[in-house]
Amino acid sequence: MYRRIYHMALKELLEIRRDRWALFRLLAPPLIQLLIFGYAATFEVYHVSAAVLDFDHSQESRELLSRFTGSKRFELAALPANRDAIRSLIDRSEVFVAIQIGPQFAQLLRKGQTAPVQVVIDGTNSNTALIALGYIGEIATAFATDYQTDYVNRVAPRYAPFVPAVTMDERPWYNPDLNSQWFFVPGLIGSLTLMTIVNLTSFGVVREREIGTLEQIMVTPIRPVEFILGKTVPFFLIGLAEAALIALLGCPWFGVPFRGNLLVLLLGTSLFLLSSLAVGLLISTICSTQQQAFASGFFFLTPAFTLSGFAFPISSMPVLMQWLTYIDPLRYYLVVLRGTFLKGTGIEILWPQMLAMTALGAGLLTFSVMRFRKALD
Amino acid sequence: MSRNRLMAIARKELIQIRRDPRSLLIAVLLPVMQLLLLGYGISLDAKHIPVYAYDQEGSQFSQSLLKRFQASKYFDLVATVADYRELTNAIDSDRCKLGIVIPFDFSRRLRDTGAVSVQVLVDGTDDNTANLATGYARAVIGAFSADFQQRWLGRQGLTMAGAAPISIEARTWFNEDLESRNFIIPGIMALVMALVGALLTSLTVAREWERGTMEQLISTPVTAQEVMLGKLLPYFAIGMGDALLCVVMGVWWFGVPFRGTLHSLFVATALFLVVVLGVGFMISVAVRNQLGASILALLVTLMPTSLLSGYTFPIDQMPAAVRAITYLVYSRYYVTILKSIFLKGAGIRVLAGPLLALTIYAALIGTLATRAFRKTLD
Repeated sequence: MYRRIYHMALKELLEIRRDRWALFRLLAPPLIQLLIFGYAATFEVYHVSAAVLDFDHSQESRELLSRFTGSKRFELAALPANRDAIRSLIDRSEVFVAIQIGPQFAQLLRKGQTAPVQVVIDGTNSNTALIALGYIGEIATAFATDYQTDYVNRVAPRYAPFVPAVTMDERPWYNPDLNSQWFFVPGLIGSLTLMTIVNLTSFGVVREREIGTLEQIMVTPIRPVEFILGKTVPFFLIGLAEAALIALLGCPWFGVPFRGNLLVLLLGTSLFLLSSLAVGLLISTICSTQQQAFASGFFFLTPAFTLSGFAFPISSMPVLMQWLTYIDPLRYYLVVLRGTFLKGTGIEILWPQMLAMTALGAGLLTFSVMRFRKALD
Repeated sequence: MSRNRLMAIARKELIQIRRDPRSLLIAVLLPVMQLLLLGYGISLDAKHIPVYAYDQEGSQFSQSLLKRFQASKYFDLVATVADYRELTNAIDSDRCKLGIVIPFDFSRRLRDTGAVSVQVLVDGTDDNTANLATGYARAVIGAFSADFQQRWLGRQGLTMAGAAPISIEARTWFNEDLESRNFIIPGIMALVMALVGALLTSLTVAREWERGTMEQLISTPVTAQEVMLGKLLPYFAIGMGDALLCVVMGVWWFGVPFRGTLHSLFVATALFLVVVLGVGFMISVAVRNQLGASILALLVTLMPTSLLSGYTFPIDQMPAAVRAITYLVYSRYYVTILKSIFLKGAGIRVLAGPLLALTIYAALIGTLATRAFRKTLD
């Protein structure tokens, strides 16, 4: 039995080696995506182009505006002459935000009344707008606090050291600089491996059917289970190699740390590959041409990526969709990946994910093997 | 070019599409699936962020701070824990994104020294959510601090400082409620158009070669241009239909505002379709088998459109080298136009730049596609 599986696996590896394009197809898309994703996929907000309109021309207004333009988050892009100019600047996307200080700003401040600052922001990209608004609030609060301290210092210096203030001491764990690459690169290991393995497996079986070599194999003494094992073991190894390659290239390149246990990651990857292989096999049982297999793979992979939490947080999805994410193997693998790379968590925390992947993998694999045997008869 | 022959090819192609369930699936089901899946699945808004609190003081005062977190729509105070380990465990196992630690001498330190800080642990793994959550938390604590400060200053008789010195009056244009769905749905429309256009057309010529019907086509009197135009016309119609479907679903189902004019949308979509169909056709001519053609089509349309078009990831935040590449990505212009039409209600004049870029692309790709196909048998 083992000999037959071994020969089947050997044949499969030989086939991949002899295909001039196979290596290219295996390596090029993941590497290109790794590079583009690593550099292009970012939700960080820096150098937001800002227009500044100061009707007050006081020391206070200049001080506040310089805090905006002096921060690395905002960049002075335009000095419009009047209010109407803001409209066209934002319409043409020349500036993203406009900050306007009214003529009585300093006067109100000195009287101890609240001085308003008008901010107009382009909400088209709501995420950038939200983050930019957060930074604007932060700068304004710092200005207000400093102004008040100054005021107390001037009027009643003996109280100054006692003015109460509650501050926030934030500790972003695992990703102290809130670097997007740290979030995306470990996730890419999962999504790129899933894509490659599902396509490879489904093509591998369907190709035999398409060229008619499946019938030749059927007349040999090989049993269906041996055939499936011989087919999938090479792809399992390729999957491990691909995951390792992406990790070894991507992490040092983008400076992503690895803080967990390598064995935990290996276990998680193996369990995840079971589900990926099972999906590939399942697709091969419903398709008769590689073209169909490709299309079906696409129909499976798009929801698998969207629902996994790869780029978009699951907690923000509608409840019904959140339920759907539980049948997505990538969802669990991403927790394992981010856990081992960034959080350094071990099996004592990741066991529910491992269990879920085992159950999903076993279930899918049984189902696809059953279907596969029927398809062979 | 004869109108008769052109229409004959178009009719033949249309019949072929109608009889091939897979093409119909791609043409109708794919847009609906993508819109529903991505429309619901992609949300960058952070609301109901799960929070754990470790209140070491447990006084009325410290509770009043936690109440503010509970009242905020951005946070859900899930649990209050009794020790630090439980808090770190919750973050480690993804049960919460934010952990608030209030020190045991919170009130006393504030009274005696005037300064106390609340520790906020943030799970930074997902940097975007972490960033938003930190901003919201800072706003909650800042407001708490300011209120307390003002009351204190008022009690000391420093009435001048009785009000907050400045206030930010923010007005958001175009996407007033800052719903991420409103900017993602127009982007999904571009994605769908790119996908459908490139996937469908990438197969048309490759299929003729693969099935051997190309020889029959070559032996007829049709010219190369007639073959190209005739083959692409039905797909152009399908693409336009899909665009309409996307607008209808986006506006009525997802409630995305539509502020521009339908005719500017029509012009932009037509130009974009010419580019996408042309690219798909060229791939199909160059790669003479269906599998290779569809893989290549997906690689050159889906990836740049989803990553480099600005549909979710803002282009102006990318490194300069990547930003330079995005000018080559034709979807970039279409996404800009779509977002402007849907949200800004911008007319043709404001859109002149991206429209011009699309026109140049359409002319270029159109010419190349016409040249690409030759009626020869090798």
